[in-house]
Amino acid sequence: MFDWLFASPADRRLLPGGKYAGPTPWLIAIMMFVMMIVAAAGLALAGGARLVREGVEHRYSIQIADGRAQEARALAAARAAPGVVSAAAVPEAELRATLEQWLGPVAAGEGSDLPLPALIEVELAPAADPQAVAAVVGRAVPSARFIADRAQLAPMLGTLTSLTWIAAVLVALIALATAAAVVLATRGALDTHRATIEVMHGIGATDVQVTRLFQRKIALDALLGGVSGGLVAALILLLVASGGIGALGDWTNGSLLGPGDVALLFCLPLLAAILATLVARATVLRALRAQL
Amino acid sequence: MGLRYGTGGEVLRDLDFRLGTGAFYFLTGPSGAGKTSLLKLLYLAQRPTRGRIGLFGEELTDAPRDALPPFRRRIGVVYQDFRLVRHLSAFDNVALPLRIAGHDESEVEGPVREMLAWVGLADRASARPPTLSGGEQQRVAIARAVIARPELLVADEPTGNVDAAMAKRILHLLTALNRLGTTVVVATHDLGLIAATPGSQLIRLENGQLIDPTGALRHPPVRPAASFEARGA
Repeated sequence: MFDWLFASPADRRLLPGGKYAGPTPWLIAIMMFVMMIVAAAGLALAGGARLVREGVEHRYSIQIADGRAQEARALAAARAAPGVVSAAAVPEAELRATLEQWLGPVAAGEGSDLPLPALIEVELAPAADPQAVAAVVGRAVPSARFIADRAQLAPMLGTLTSLTWIAAVLVALIALATAAAVVLATRGALDTHRATIEVMHGIGATDVQVTRLFQRKIALDALLGGVSGGLVAALILLLVASGGIGALGDWTNGSLLGPGDVALLFCLPLLAAILATLVARATVLRALRAQL
Repeated sequence: MGLRYGTGGEVLRDLDFRLGTGAFYFLTGPSGAGKTSLLKLLYLAQRPTRGRIGLFGEELTDAPRDALPPFRRRIGVVYQDFRLVRHLSAFDNVALPLRIAGHDESEVEGPVREMLAWVGLADRASARPPTLSGGEQQRVAIARAVIARPELLVADEPTGNVDAAMAKRILHLLTALNRLGTTVVVATHDLGLIAATPGSQLIRLENGQLIDPTGALRHPPVRPAASFEARGA
């Protein structure tokens, strides 16, 4: 199946030029580097969105506007509701500390005039019915609002999903650009070796025999470029993962790239080499069919 | 049959002839008569724009291009401009037909060395064409054309760049091949070459038309199995 990759020395001499010479390996290396970074970013965004979604899936908040006095009743009702795993009031100090970041000292301190809502964090069991819990809490404290955390995070999750799709489109565009570059490189190689091809055809070489020479050269160039670009990208991703990405850990409570994502990233250079080989083969065969 | 390039006029008109298997032909005519175009038809680098063409008993006018390589392997060609692969050594150039035909490398070395020795280039086996003289390149081209013992040998001015002694030697090689059964077609202006080849036949072209007053080319005598056939539409 892959015997064409192992050409005889005589076959290798038919297409001159040093091994891995020319711009093709560099071009593919750069493309692969960009593709892996973008793909990793896309996968990380998707992973982050998934983890955030999973993290807040069963988490709800009970908000009672200016209702500190009713907090205890609401908390008791929530704890008694079916399917509630845990319910805890957010301490006023914590609320004020949070608000202080935006409103300044006016929000700080127990004696502040700034009215605060009562806030209760609730976690439900996976099979629990949120509407039933909301009804129980509503009966105890009619002014209480039972809000799903995921509803509050919906805009952010939507943005993450959009960015993930943009990354996927960018990866597809880079793959397309790589294929176009391979087409151009192959056409250039065909022009360079036109005389050799004509002689080979005249002597009775088949299209497949001629194509194998170019296919092999492009495949090796693509593999070298792909692996080189991929290794540099992997190095940079490792550096980033060991530092900056960790900041998102608070949100996601886990790693952004799973084993499947890493495996997919490592497959990209090989996929790029296969893509380049197929494109080169199709380009050569198409060009040869234009001749007699 | 006829042949035209693009929208120009016909460079070959109303050709109707058969080449006898094992015959020796000289193709002559003034410059621009269509000799090279006819040779291109013979070595399957062109298809006629009208009429029909056959080779080795097979009709090839409408044959798909994928079907042509096996026929080309049965044809040896000496191009007027040699068409050697510049970056390959003389040895590799001569070995090319055998390698393309799929011969094992162990079957290549001996015959190629022998052929290079025969054309007087044994000591130039590793030289590349740009470092060879015109005559040496021509001899490499001839060696490449005959190395696979073709059934049809087509040569365009094969002695154009060599001295008289080498021309005689090349002619001797061509006649020897012919005696082994190869049909030979040599385009030449060299009347001496024709005179030195008894038993050869003449194909004369003028203004793209065949001059065949006796009709001998339409009905070749003796060995009747035609190796090449071209007929008008």
